[in-house]
Amino acid sequence: MATREEITSGLAEILEEVAGVNQDDVAEGKSFTDDLDVDSLSMVEVVVAAEEKFGVKIPDNEVQNLKTVGDAVTYIEANA
Amino acid sequence: MSTVDVVVTGLGATTPLGGDVASTWDAMLAGRSGVSSLTQEWAGQLSVRIAAQIAVDPSEVIERVRMRRLDRSEAMAIVAAKQAWADAGLAGTGLDPERLAVSFGSGIGGAITLLDQDDILEKSGPRRVSPHTVPMLMPNGPAAYVGLEVGARAGVRAMASACATGAEAVALGLDLIRAGRADVVVAGSTEAVIHPLPIAGFASMRAMSTRNDEPERASRPWDKNRDGFVLGEGAGALILERADHAAARGATVYARLAGAGITSDGYDIVQPDPECKGGIRAMSMAVRDAGLTGADIKHVNAHATSTPAGDMGEVLGIRTAVGDHPVITSTKSMTGHLLGAAGALESIATILAIRDSVVPPTINLDDPDDRLDLDVAAFKARPLDIPAAMNNSFGFGGHNVALVFARP
Repeated sequence: MATREEITSGLAEILEEVAGVNQDDVAEGKSFTDDLDVDSLSMVEVVVAAEEKFGVKIPDNEVQNLKTVGDAVTYIEANA
Repeated sequence: MSTVDVVVTGLGATTPLGGDVASTWDAMLAGRSGVSSLTQEWAGQLSVRIAAQIAVDPSEVIERVRMRRLDRSEAMAIVAAKQAWADAGLAGTGLDPERLAVSFGSGIGGAITLLDQDDILEKSGPRRVSPHTVPMLMPNGPAAYVGLEVGARAGVRAMASACATGAEAVALGLDLIRAGRADVVVAGSTEAVIHPLPIAGFASMRAMSTRNDEPERASRPWDKNRDGFVLGEGAGALILERADHAAARGATVYARLAGAGITSDGYDIVQPDPECKGGIRAMSMAVRDAGLTGADIKHVNAHATSTPAGDMGEVLGIRTAVGDHPVITSTKSMTGHLLGAAGALESIATILAIRDSVVPPTINLDDPDDRLDLDVAAFKARPLDIPAAMNNSFGFGGHNVALVFARP
């Protein structure tokens, strides 16, 4: 079972690969759209890559609730 | 003949001969071939294993994350258009975006994206298909990205007329300015389909050269031993501008886009009319549209793709519509056939021939076809005073486009 830190750093790798986000900027309090500038199409790529990396299913109706990196970490932690 | 003069104030290109206009033109004048062996694993199964691959990959110019969201044809279009835009010096001149249009096309479009995403669909399922797929493969994608790049708001037009696309996009740009719909048009075309499926398709038509052991000698327009075209990739862009608009801002003018002629054969979906009737009408129309006569056209950058069926009809056409005096060339002997992008790249070559008073060579013309009764700048660039010149492009579907450029 991955720790919150491990999930955050895994998301940071995905965000850099998919959306060009600097990994150092990724932290639990950051908003995907407002702070990290991830647009809606890139968010779809992030979600699909995260599903694969962490072995979770993130349904589309859940994605809209994942406003911050911390929201995503919490969801992954609870559902992986 | 229109009362509105249109001039060319910027050029951009990324081609098998170079990553920009200057390197491409230098290589052309030196008679260098951009054709090489395809070393990719997938090429092994094909009867055609040569192509004219781009000299500078767009990923060397465009950052990685952006490249993920672009079809290769779109990336090349952006590279060429940015160069042309910078060359024209229009940034910061106060040009009203609502007077700036785009006319940009592609012969085949985002085929590589379509095929790559289909592989993902088959292998990993629909959820893994990229959310960027549609804007990457849509045929208006290159035009739309060019429009975004320069902030054009007078309309983004996406031309598609196979191998006549580039020339027809330039012709549409001329019309847009003459009709008063724009003051400046970014015109051009792009093509990136070096992939086993398009190659297999063209090869099945027996349209491509299979001279796999001699790539640099494979594209040989008008030569007796020509055996088909060589597929090339790349993009070309031209900034077209209303002449008084260019003059008012003191822009450097390469040439005047003096006239255009567009016709359709109504003959066959892929076979060229052996008598070149549609081509002759397009050439005659372009000369008339330019307010010139055939005698004024000193040079023709021919469509001549190196296919047994196509090359000689055009020679007959030039003789009929223009005369037996122009010095002709096929720069495809060096660049291969860039399909939809050919007309843009060859317009650039025609313009630079006028500017530099030199006709770029046709290489590989070792044994000219007996019916070749026009003067070709064979092997070596030919110095020539060129007040006006023509560029021809013909495409599958029976599209014929002739453009006339003239010294400003």
